Amino acid sequence: MSSDETTKTEAVAENSAAAPAKRHRPVLVQMETPNLVPERELGKMPVLQAEHLGIDFGGLTAVDDFNIAMGRTEISGLIGPNGAGKTTIFNLLTNVYKPTRGTILLDGYDTAGKSVVEVNKMGIARTFQNIRLFNKMTVEENVLVGLGNSMSTHLFTDVFRLPKHWKQEAEFHDKAMDLLGIFNMQGLAHERAGNLPYGAQRRLEILRALATNPKVLLLDEPAAGMNPAETEELMENIEKIRDDFQIAILLIEHDMSFVMGICEVIGVLDYGRIIAKGTPEEIQNDPKVIEAYLGKQGVK
Amino acid sequence: MTASKTSTAPTGAPAASGYRSLSMPVRYLINAVLVVVFLVVGELMIDGGVVSRYQTGVIEQIGIYIILAVSLNIATGYLGQLPLGHAGFMSVGGYSCAIFIMRMMDTMGVTARDFATGTPAAALLFVLGIIFGGVCAALCGLIIGVPALRLKGDYLAIITLGFAEIIRVVMQNIDGVLGFTLTGGAKGLTGIPGYTNFLNTFIVVAISLFLIHTMMKSRHGRAVLSIRDNEIAAESCGVNTTYYKTLAFVASAFFAGVAGGLYAGCIGVMAPAKFGFMKSIEILVMVVLGGMGSMLGSVISATVLTILPEALRAVSDYRMVVYAIVLILVMIFRPEGLLGDYDFSMSRVIERIMNHGKRPEDFAPVAAVAEAATPAAASVAVPAAAPGKETGREANDHE
Repeated sequence: MSSDETTKTEAVAENSAAAPAKRHRPVLVQMETPNLVPERELGKMPVLQAEHLGIDFGGLTAVDDFNIAMGRTEISGLIGPNGAGKTTIFNLLTNVYKPTRGTILLDGYDTAGKSVVEVNKMGIARTFQNIRLFNKMTVEENVLVGLGNSMSTHLFTDVFRLPKHWKQEAEFHDKAMDLLGIFNMQGLAHERAGNLPYGAQRRLEILRALATNPKVLLLDEPAAGMNPAETEELMENIEKIRDDFQIAILLIEHDMSFVMGICEVIGVLDYGRIIAKGTPEEIQNDPKVIEAYLGKQGVK
Repeated sequence: MTASKTSTAPTGAPAASGYRSLSMPVRYLINAVLVVVFLVVGELMIDGGVVSRYQTGVIEQIGIYIILAVSLNIATGYLGQLPLGHAGFMSVGGYSCAIFIMRMMDTMGVTARDFATGTPAAALLFVLGIIFGGVCAALCGLIIGVPALRLKGDYLAIITLGFAEIIRVVMQNIDGVLGFTLTGGAKGLTGIPGYTNFLNTFIVVAISLFLIHTMMKSRHGRAVLSIRDNEIAAESCGVNTTYYKTLAFVASAFFAGVAGGLYAGCIGVMAPAKFGFMKSIEILVMVVLGGMGSMLGSVISATVLTILPEALRAVSDYRMVVYAIVLILVMIFRPEGLLGDYDFSMSRVIERIMNHGKRPEDFAPVAAVAEAATPAAASVAVPAAAPGKETGREANDHE
């Protein structure tokens, strides 16, 4: 992944010329660590950086030597066969699991020793592979729980319904509705989350994560269970979210057209190790990736 | 302010969309008026001698059990845990309130008769005593909750059960340790002035339900509910689960203490034996029967289950059998409780009447926005409905 001068300048020219709606292929540059970031992020501090991250469960090494550096507005993908350790990496990044080795820096701050809640407050939000919504609460309430950290009223103010309570409730109701507007879900605001169809539940989970005002959004199989039309819409929405909120998005997905279509950088994980990293085109042609997915005979 | 929000619905829907909703002050006003009406009717019936002294006593007990059931509902229905030590908090509240009032009577120049006639000093002492009882119970809840809430399910049930027994044994034996009479030991604390009457029970019930309702319909309540629905997701959304679990548990204990304070004044004697394991179960049964997470459900089942044993006094040999059969039948046919987690809202009913004849599809998107503008007050009517139940019961009683 050497970056020669010509492609660099070309890419810069393309960047400035291309309309924002058009997807452009960024040029990836190597950092001092085994990490890649899109060209436009060069020289800025990565928002999320993990180095030599690893975890052992007993004698089993689930993840080993995982490195990532994410630019502030980068969309990256993590793919790999079942059981490769993708979700484990999400659990490591959000401190659900304590890493056995390595460091995670969020915006330059080490997240070691922080609780899940603190990591969320520092700016990592996530969704879950098996949807975890607050099923008995309404759609709006689900988003409001996510927005809860930005609310400041004291228990006393809320319980005695002081004017500040109403002001805040009205303000955050508007915010919640704006968020629901991203996926055109305002009309469902008073539905119970558990009663929503599968695709809507996935979208709501993304909104709830977004409500916590993250710097990095981790999406665990956001397109699972969606039909092609919904997937296409989700791709556009994810890019819109990235552009509107200026956040980095890391996603796990098995739908290859989705991953190849949206991600700027893709990492391939197999048996807990990154076996390949690069742009979608590079990954598609990487023999190691083909081997991991299809086995040795696949390589001719 | 919310009213103006409703009219300027942000979706740009035309103002003439047709959905009529109540503004926030109107919602509160309706409920306040209902509370006052029930209070006045009840008071007049008691003064007029329509309701006997015995029946008044039963009504007071209903109020006390309503607070107990609704407060336990915070921990079971809203937080989703299963504590079995509610009677412990009730006894702490009862003892501390009773002792506080008995010791302060001389200082404040209040005699036992003043509680009946209702002098300002007596009213103040009553308020202080009830709050003192609640705070003592809440402190116990904090001490117990911090270690206990690290556990879940059966383990939490057992540890809270154990703590309640510890409280009972402490109440029984603390006099010997202290060297002077505080709780009266096993024979109980006697001579408690009868400071509980219909009026103040009713007011305390209304205020308790209002406070529990407002707490649950705020960001704090939403955090508690999110822990019930999915603790892992709640954490990843930045909900400090330890804090909110403890908060809900302490609030639950506080209101149990308040109910205990009323109970002491209603019964007049506090004995540790009354606050055993069965009392906790009795309260839990009310919550489960009414539907976990439903305030109205707790209120109804507390009312029914307090009256049932009294009504069955005529066949007293079999009344526990009937009680058990009722429970079994409800659990067979309504395993989620009488009301599930449905909650009643007076305002919602009135709004439905106001919009009578229109189908919801006619203004579906606007309705969503209009209602959402006032989410917090959506079921403010519950506190009003609750005491309403009580007085409704009273009307039945005299027939």
